[in-house]
Amino acid sequence: MSYKPTIVAFLCNWCSYTGADLAGTSRIKYAPNIRVIRIMCSGRVDPTFVLKSLREGADGVLICGCHPGDCHYHEGNYKCLRRYHLLQKYIQQMGIPKDRLRLEWISASEGKQFAQLVDEFTESVAKLGKSEIRQVMETLT
Amino acid sequence: MDKPKLKLAVYWGAACGGCCVSVLDVHEALFTVLEHADLVFWPIALDIKYKDVEAMPDGHIDLTLFNGAVRNSENEHIAKLLRKKSKILVAYGSCAHMGGIPGLANLTIKAKIFKRAYFESESTINPDNVLPQTHYKVTEGELELPKFYNDVRPLDQVVDVDYYLPGCPPQTERLVEVFLAIVTGAQLPPKGSVIGVKEKSLCEECERKKTENKLIKKFNRPWQIQDDGETCFLEQGVICMGPATRSGCGWRCIKGNAPCRGCYGPTSEAKDPGAKMMSAIGTMIDAKEPEEINQIIEQIEDPAGTFYRFSLPGSMLRRKICKNT
Repeated sequence: MSYKPTIVAFLCNWCSYTGADLAGTSRIKYAPNIRVIRIMCSGRVDPTFVLKSLREGADGVLICGCHPGDCHYHEGNYKCLRRYHLLQKYIQQMGIPKDRLRLEWISASEGKQFAQLVDEFTESVAKLGKSEIRQVMETLT
Repeated sequence: MDKPKLKLAVYWGAACGGCCVSVLDVHEALFTVLEHADLVFWPIALDIKYKDVEAMPDGHIDLTLFNGAVRNSENEHIAKLLRKKSKILVAYGSCAHMGGIPGLANLTIKAKIFKRAYFESESTINPDNVLPQTHYKVTEGELELPKFYNDVRPLDQVVDVDYYLPGCPPQTERLVEVFLAIVTGAQLPPKGSVIGVKEKSLCEECERKKTENKLIKKFNRPWQIQDDGETCFLEQGVICMGPATRSGCGWRCIKGNAPCRGCYGPTSEAKDPGAKMMSAIGTMIDAKEPEEINQIIEQIEDPAGTFYRFSLPGSMLRRKICKNT
């Protein structure tokens, strides 16, 4: 049996959460490893949320927002995109593999794509195995 | 009978000594301080031994200013000792508050630090490959050195801390205010408060010219721009930690035409200073395509060292995840 990771997923209210909802109402089966947190916009994902998830023991963090140009608040997803790239550079400097953090655009009609994304991300995080971050933080001496 | 004098202690852990100098910077006000307080322990200035502190009854010291991070077993021992002997323990300065500059050592590990310091550095000659030992036997007896830890920790990761007084070093005026509050018996803030600071971010105080929309196409190092002395540093493309840093320092660096480096730490709402800064910078980068965004971000040479210059061990991710840690 391969490792079963725990993944925190931040989904924007307007597109991605609705997309995930569509995957559910369409009865598409996908990996049960994600813990979904609904937020109003991907632009609301403060980098603190991502770092806190990793610190508390998440093996992976997934952020989903509206496709570029489709943000309900016009600019939120672009802000998220820039923060994502900054975070990627930072976490790699901190010795955390880049594959533990992923940003994807999911529209309200992309239930199938959402299910595929979760399966794919779960598999890639499972390959990395259990995250050591929490344990390292707790045993500093 | 006169009111009994306050008993005051100052200690340095892993520190540069700047915090102790900031205490001396009260200048002639030191005489006023000494009218109200006795300095019972201050390694940089007074010859008082650790065993003298050990001999004090618990809670004997009224106020201890602990500066410096906890880097080795000696720092940890004295931190625990002073906690026991003090009524109020203050984490004084950036290093005790969040790890400070010594905390950047958490980007590497002990083995690598020793390798660099004792074998590789250009000025080192060490043909016998000698490394520091905690115990060493000589004819006169056994010598003991503190154990160097793998990680740097701020004071509150080792002992319970009553107050934090941040800064690298803290503004001396803030220290005097805090000291006077204690002497005059004013109502003290709740335990765990950051004192000698203001609640808002540095940008709120800064008098440089700012516009609503900061758009950054290129990040510059300070030497790459002709600073006009008036425009917001971020608007000139220079990273200034103002948006994610607490005010209270009197924006000394900005007045000296240098961008803020974040020594006062985050505001009370922010849990992680660097994450707040990444959030702020994310709104300012003027690009929408991933390639262009990456190209702009590539100009930030060292995000961990820039956004967490004074706060790495006290941040969400306290250290780099390395093998063998």
